[in-house]
Amino acid sequence: MSAVDLVPGAGAPIVPAPSPSPSTGSWPRRIARAVRGMPLQAKVGAGILLFLVLLAILAPLIAPYGQNQLDFANLLAGPSGRHWFGTDAEGRDVFSRTLYALRLDLAIILFVTYIPLPIGVLVGAAAGWYGGVVDAIVARIADVMIAFPFMVLVIAVIAIVGPGVEGVLIGVPIVAWALYARLARSEMLVMREQPFMLATKALGYTDRRAILRHAIPNLMRAALIYSTLDMVVNLLLLASLAYLGLGAQPPNAELGSIIADGQNTLLSAWWVATLPGLVVVLFGIGAGLLGDGLSDGRRHGGSV
Amino acid sequence: MSSLLEIENLRVDFGTRSQPLTAVKDVSLSVAAGEIVGLVGESGSGKSLTCRAVMRLIDQPGRIAAGTIAFEGRDVLAMSEKQLRDFRAHEAGMIYQDPFSSLNPVHRIGRQLAETLSVNLGLGRAQARERAIELLDGVGIPDPARRALSYPHELSGGMRQRVMIALATASEPRLLLADEPTTALDVTTQAQILDLLERLRADRGMAVLLVSHDFGVIARTCDRVAVMYGGHIVETADIATIYTAAEHPYTRALLQSVPELSSAGHPRRRGGIPGRPPELGEELAGCVFKPRCAFAEPDCAEVEMTLRAVGPAHESACPKRPLAAAASARVGAGAGAGTDAGAGGSGKAGPESVP
Repeated sequence: MSAVDLVPGAGAPIVPAPSPSPSTGSWPRRIARAVRGMPLQAKVGAGILLFLVLLAILAPLIAPYGQNQLDFANLLAGPSGRHWFGTDAEGRDVFSRTLYALRLDLAIILFVTYIPLPIGVLVGAAAGWYGGVVDAIVARIADVMIAFPFMVLVIAVIAIVGPGVEGVLIGVPIVAWALYARLARSEMLVMREQPFMLATKALGYTDRRAILRHAIPNLMRAALIYSTLDMVVNLLLLASLAYLGLGAQPPNAELGSIIADGQNTLLSAWWVATLPGLVVVLFGIGAGLLGDGLSDGRRHGGSV
Repeated sequence: MSSLLEIENLRVDFGTRSQPLTAVKDVSLSVAAGEIVGLVGESGSGKSLTCRAVMRLIDQPGRIAAGTIAFEGRDVLAMSEKQLRDFRAHEAGMIYQDPFSSLNPVHRIGRQLAETLSVNLGLGRAQARERAIELLDGVGIPDPARRALSYPHELSGGMRQRVMIALATASEPRLLLADEPTTALDVTTQAQILDLLERLRADRGMAVLLVSHDFGVIARTCDRVAVMYGGHIVETADIATIYTAAEHPYTRALLQSVPELSSAGHPRRRGGIPGRPPELGEELAGCVFKPRCAFAEPDCAEVEMTLRAVGPAHESACPKRPLAAAASARVGAGAGAGTDAGAGGSGKAGPESVP
């Protein structure tokens, strides 16, 4: 949590804080204090994401129907008290399907965003710290990864392992680490000139200690902010693949596939595609606000 | 005098090997155990680089091109990675100009200290924590047990510099390299930090190489001074000699540009030094200070930049000794008015400023 700890209020005047030892107290109190210190937009963003995550986790409890429960008496029924998001062409409750879809999508997104993150940060940090040959090799591999059309690569992986979420779980991390490596490398190039990193050398620390304990906690901040954007990109990728029929396979509910199905009836039954689409938008807004708010704190806080 | 640190003919180059840009040229300097030596000069004179070279902390594209650095007779430049790490961990410490960025913002200061103690001295967790608090107390941090839990951004500049000193001296090094440690601090805090350095010297017999561009700081603290200009050491002497009988025209000019409190009543412009210091890669024939020197003569272009003894423990790179000549000429009438005022002024400054 120390990354969040350092986020002061956006634009807060820089005064020598006489607050009674602001970095002490029990964990829940420190977290509460850190959240209070976040800029408003970060709070709103975090609130939206928390809300969506709770919906996803609690989907089986909240969803009024099963994700594949058919109701032939109510095909393409509009939003109502019984079916909040209406029903689709098979009479399935769109709200329930959206909740289950969110559950599946968020799990995949968290995996494909936060598995490559530490790998990329570590590799990038090492490249930036050592420079020279290590840096040249890592930077070129990362360039190749990033230069390759992302979607095409993922589709190629899917062509090998077959349609389904496995393709995404394998294909995305293969490329995504390079994004974080590049980010961490460029931050490291700046940071290694900072006196506190020079001090790690002057104090006789090993490179390993300097990178892992002193550089990476500082690099994580930029990586975590970037990851909020990456999550949205991954959600859209997942939806696009499902839309193409390459993602989660029916009848599993997935936001992209619900939207793809609903597209056929968009003019007669707008709710099937639109309402799940709005959930995607809401997620994007939440992640965007959180990322923006955190990077604002970073700019104004200027702690690195 | 047994030397703790002995730098000989040090040269630091930048640029390519075929076209090197030499930033530190043929610098020789020694620091005895328990001695505070000042290294003074304008920005870009190579003083910080000399200081960093001792720790072999010169990053690409800079490199130590020639010379030897011996610490207690051991060649620092020939050390293996492991020996070098040991040397940095136990025998020499370093503090920097900017206390605002010299502590890692994501770690509590107590933890940073404890980490150094456990890594470099092998203390256990509890022991390291206890010792960290003692060290904070030792550098004058009030309420150290509570302050140990603070993050660097919660401390003032002076406090951070104290923490930095605690960190650099945690493993009781015998040499502290202080690279402009007070430049970013206000005058009161500056005095406290210098007091702290003097106390560490007195308590532990720790030698200090104090880099500064501020003669006030040097005068207050140092036993001996080396004046650097354009990558060369131009004069070295003990502090009293520098103030009363500076030999090199650059030293004299530098001393005259220090404002004095006593002249506040009669506002008089302090003499700056006309011109600008030589740029990196600018090769000057003979004396590097010639273009700005008030006493320059045509044959100064043939002077070799080496230190020559001009008195006991007093060396200057100027073979002409115009100031010594001026001092004796001053007895007779008709000496240059500017020179006269200058010599009189610094003669007066000496006894006041030397502790």
